[in-house]
This record gives sequence, structure tokens and C-alpha cells, in this order.
Amino acid sequence: MFSFFLKRIGVVIPTFIGVTLLTFSLIRLIPGDPVELMAGERGVDPARHAQLLAEMGLDKPLLVQYWNYLTGIFQGDLGTSLVTREPVLREFFTLFPATLELGACAIVIAVLVGLPAGIIAAVRRGKVTDYTVMGLSLTGYSMPIFWWGLLLILLFSVGLGWTPVSGRISALFWVDEVTGFMLIDAFLSDEKGALLSALHHLVLPSIVLATIPLAVIARMTRSAMLEVLREDYVQVARAKGLAMPLVICVHALRNALIPVITVIGLQVGVLMAGAILTETIFSWPGIGKWLLDSIHRRDYPSVQGGILLVSCVVILVNLTVDIFYGVVNPRIRHNR
Amino acid sequence: MMNEQVQTADVDIAPPGPFREFWAYFSENRGALIGFGFILAMLLAALFADLLTPHSPFEQYRDAILTPPAWQEGGRWSFPLGTDEVGRDILTRLLHGGRLSLFIGMMVVSLALLIGTLIGLVAGYAKGLTDTLIMRAMDIIMALPSLLLALAIVTILGPGLINASIAIAITYLPHYVRITRASVIAEGSKDYVTASRVSGAGIWRLMFITILPNCMAPLIVQASLGFSNAILDAAALGFIGLGAQPPSPEWGSMLSNALEFIQRAWWVVTFPGLMILLTVLAFNLMGDGLRDALDPKMKR
Repeated sequence: MFSFFLKRIGVVIPTFIGVTLLTFSLIRLIPGDPVELMAGERGVDPARHAQLLAEMGLDKPLLVQYWNYLTGIFQGDLGTSLVTREPVLREFFTLFPATLELGACAIVIAVLVGLPAGIIAAVRRGKVTDYTVMGLSLTGYSMPIFWWGLLLILLFSVGLGWTPVSGRISALFWVDEVTGFMLIDAFLSDEKGALLSALHHLVLPSIVLATIPLAVIARMTRSAMLEVLREDYVQVARAKGLAMPLVICVHALRNALIPVITVIGLQVGVLMAGAILTETIFSWPGIGKWLLDSIHRRDYPSVQGGILLVSCVVILVNLTVDIFYGVVNPRIRHNR
Repeated sequence: MMNEQVQTADVDIAPPGPFREFWAYFSENRGALIGFGFILAMLLAALFADLLTPHSPFEQYRDAILTPPAWQEGGRWSFPLGTDEVGRDILTRLLHGGRLSLFIGMMVVSLALLIGTLIGLVAGYAKGLTDTLIMRAMDIIMALPSLLLALAIVTILGPGLINASIAIAITYLPHYVRITRASVIAEGSKDYVTASRVSGAGIWRLMFITILPNCMAPLIVQASLGFSNAILDAAALGFIGLGAQPPSPEWGSMLSNALEFIQRAWWVVTFPGLMILLTVLAFNLMGDGLRDALDPKMKR
């Protein structure tokens, strides 16, 4: 078991180093050096330029610079934003709960809807229900989510007036930030209706972000269930006279879940990419919007740090899923 | 009489050609046919866009700003799907946008396919350290969400349609590399390859003429599915202002400031996205059909 952990972690280290190489080169491949970028339109005189380069350690050989960058990362130093002059790491962690909250709600919706939809499609294979579920999930899978978001705003916010267009909570409420998660903070605050308002703001963005994972989960559940339903032990269970729902929930689903859980884990990457688009449409103050704004503002240290941190999140979650997969399925653990 | 009988018997016995066989399986799948038909229609519309509409995609009719679609009150039949915020005909822009989307798909897929196949051939054929280094690099690309990596690359290259296509192509490389490498390793130990090697075929002949044609089926499927992802990602980049730049009629960038008009002009918001969805759906349907028709495991 222990060697299995070590092996999995061993695979992650080269990936992490590769990502740091990418983010390290990012700021150096952009035309102009960091000092010119910081100076912007104003420009710097050559003497000051050289002095600043030396201060930042940018006159040293590339290998030394990379080493400094790497050691900086491990000490939590990801540079300072050119726009706000705040440490990038602090900015990231201020905004991260908003993205995490959105992503968590999206994955909950995707699982709660996608899993039953996939099961129903598999059980009613070849029937209208199956075709409907599969057609819808292919549509969801092909959906440009930024347009889907706009459509939902058009329908529910502009047309019906049910939900607000942007933000995390109505401006009427003042909620103290305790955890950074608006739902929890609103629940803890004494303001009446704050929780409801937060939920109202959350519902459309999470549906939009859930769309693609939902489609993927439904498709995966269906095919995993179809495979399992053919197995002998399912036939035996049915032959014993067990009711179909019991056979599905107790015998089939548990065995079909393993590939489905992996797929759910892999959706984290999809969610992080989707968050960039979803947060932009709904003006959701999270990592995705911050990253995009930083690109538009040419705040390269933020872009660099943001990409590194988001990648680390994705890598860590994938590692966790991998290890979890090994824990629940001994065959995987012993094969490798 | 005898002759005729012999002839009919001949026809029955002769195995169908590879294309005939492929078409028989492909055309069984109704969704794939619909997707194929839609793509064909889009291709024609893109080719003859100039003949299909009297307007230019850039011409601004100042007297017709935000005209609704023809069937709505206030609409005009000279602008069937209405006009945008500066009075450009939306239908014309959609048709020309089809050109761009097909171009992006073509460029991304051919770049990724060409370079990916080459790298995959090298990795599968060279083995050892080269193989390990290549595959580790591909793992790194795979570990990042494609849109995030594309963002990083576009940040370096600068925004624009071509740069966005290059960035997306890089994010899709690993798929082609992995497929080619796996096929090369699987095929490389087969008898026909050994026979070719023994009869003195050089390394290039072995790689490109003996092995590569036998790895094509999964590559074709991946390319077809890659088309849809490329169009989707390029539209997303256009939407956030890092892909095609205005006034280009790319579908994603047509939506980039649609949020401003969402309250008074639903048609500006609806049609470009609908085109993206339908095109991506068509390519996915066709890709599924191709996979079923080309994958021998699913055939019989």
C-alpha cells in the first residue's frame, strides 16, 4: 500500500516541475522584460533599469533564476501583483473560496442529476427515455457554456426576473466574512433573507458550470451500468426474485461506481476551465475571473502565480482520486 | 443466361471495398448521418457565403441598428436574422463565421495531427529515454485543463485567431501522440512489420509506409472529435477576447459584448451561440459514428 502511494506521488513530481518550468518561462517569453512590464508606458532610464533587474535577480543566469523561483514557491513567495501590489498568494486565497463554493455546488448538481439520469438510461436501454437522456447529454457535452449562461440569464433573469444577473449576494445585505463561503457566512449572519439571497445568486452559475460534468457523468454512468447489468451476479440476484430497484442499488450500482468516481474526479480540470467562463459571465468574484482580468491588465506575476496555483489544485485532486481509486479497488493497487 | 447467373454470383461473393464497408456501418447510424449532412451544408454555405447574402459581414447599416429578426415586429426581410449593435447583418456574419470556425478546426486538427503523429511515431519507434522524455512532457500538457494552458500560451503569443489556433493545437497534441505511440508499439511486433524489416526496409519506410497506415483508424476518430473541441475552445477564447479580434465575424467574439444587449436584443445573443452548439454537436455525432464504423471491436 505504502509503495503504491510513493509511486503515485513520484509521478506527480515531474508534472509539478514541468508546470513550474512553464510558468517560469511564461514571464520571460513575453516580449519585454519584467522591469519594462512594470514600468509600462512610462519607460525607465537604462541605469535604473539595470539596477532594478539586479535587485530582482534577473541579471543572473537562467538556471539560477529558476532555482530562486522554485525555492520562492516553496516559501510561499509567488511574487507581487503589479496592479494591487498585494502578494499573489494572498490574492489567490482571498478569492479561492468563491470558486470552490461555485465548483462544489456545480459538482453536487452534476452528480445528483447525472447519476440517476445515467442509471435510468441504462435500465431503459433502447427506449425513448434512453434516447432522450443520451441526446440531452450529448447536447450538454457540446454546449458552449458561455452562451448557455447568457441564454439562462436571458430567460430567468431578464425574462422572468427570478434570479439576479451577477454577484454573490444582494447589496442590501452586509455579511461578515468568516469562512469566505457565502452560503455559510450568510447562514451564520443575523441578517434575515441573506441565505436565500446567496442561494439565488448561486443557482444559475452553478447550473451553467455543472452542464458539461453532468453530461459526462450521465454518459459514463450509463455505460458502466450497462456493463455491470450484464454480469452473472446481477442475473443471479434477479433470479432470486429481488426487486429491480434493489438489484440496481445494492448489486449493480456499487460496482458501476468505480469508473464513475474516477470520471467525477477528472471533472475538476473541466470545472476550473469552466470557472473562467462562468465567473466572467456572472461577474462572480473568483479565481477564474481574476485570472482573466489579470491577463487583460497585463498583470503578469498574477497570471504566472494563478496558472501555477490552479494547475497545482488540478494535479492534487487528480492525485487524490488516483489514490482513492487504489484504496477502493485492490486490483489497481497490486497491478502497478 | 448462364453468363448472367455467374455474374450475379460474382457480385455476391466479392467482398465489399473498404469504403463500401465503412459506409454501410456509418450510414446505419442516423445521428452520424445528420451530423455529416449538417457539416456538408455548412461547408457549402461557408464556400458560397458571398453569393448567399447581398451584404458584407463588415458593412454597417446605420439606419438599421439592432433591427429584430424579420418575423418579429419591426423586422425587415433584408436582414432575416436581424442586425447587431452597429447595424451589421447577423446572418451574413454567421455565414462568414462558419468559414472561420471550419478554418480554425482544420488548422488545429491538422497541426495537432501532423506534429502529434510525428512525435508519437518517434516515441513509439525510438523507445528508451526519448520515449520517456516525450511521454512525460505530454503528461504535463495533459495535467492542465486545455483552456487554461491555451490561455497561458496566448498570453505569450498575444491574442488573435492564428495564435489561438496554435495554442489549442498544442493542448491537443498529447491525444495524437499517445494514440500513435500505442499503435506503433502494438503494430511494431507484428509479422508484416518484421517481414518488411527483414526484406530490408529502412527506418523511414517502416515508420511511414508500413506502420503508419495501420494506425490511421483511431487517429481519424480522434481528429473528428478534435474538430468539435477545437471549435468550442476557439469560440471560448474569442468570447473572452483572446481569440479572434473584432470586427472579425468569429462566432465566439460575436458574443463577447452580447451581455450589454441582453435586455433589448435577444437575437444578438442567441444566434451565434446556436451556431456554435449545432456545429459542435454535428462534429460530435459524426465522430461517434466514425468510431463505431472504424473500431473493429464494435463492428462485430
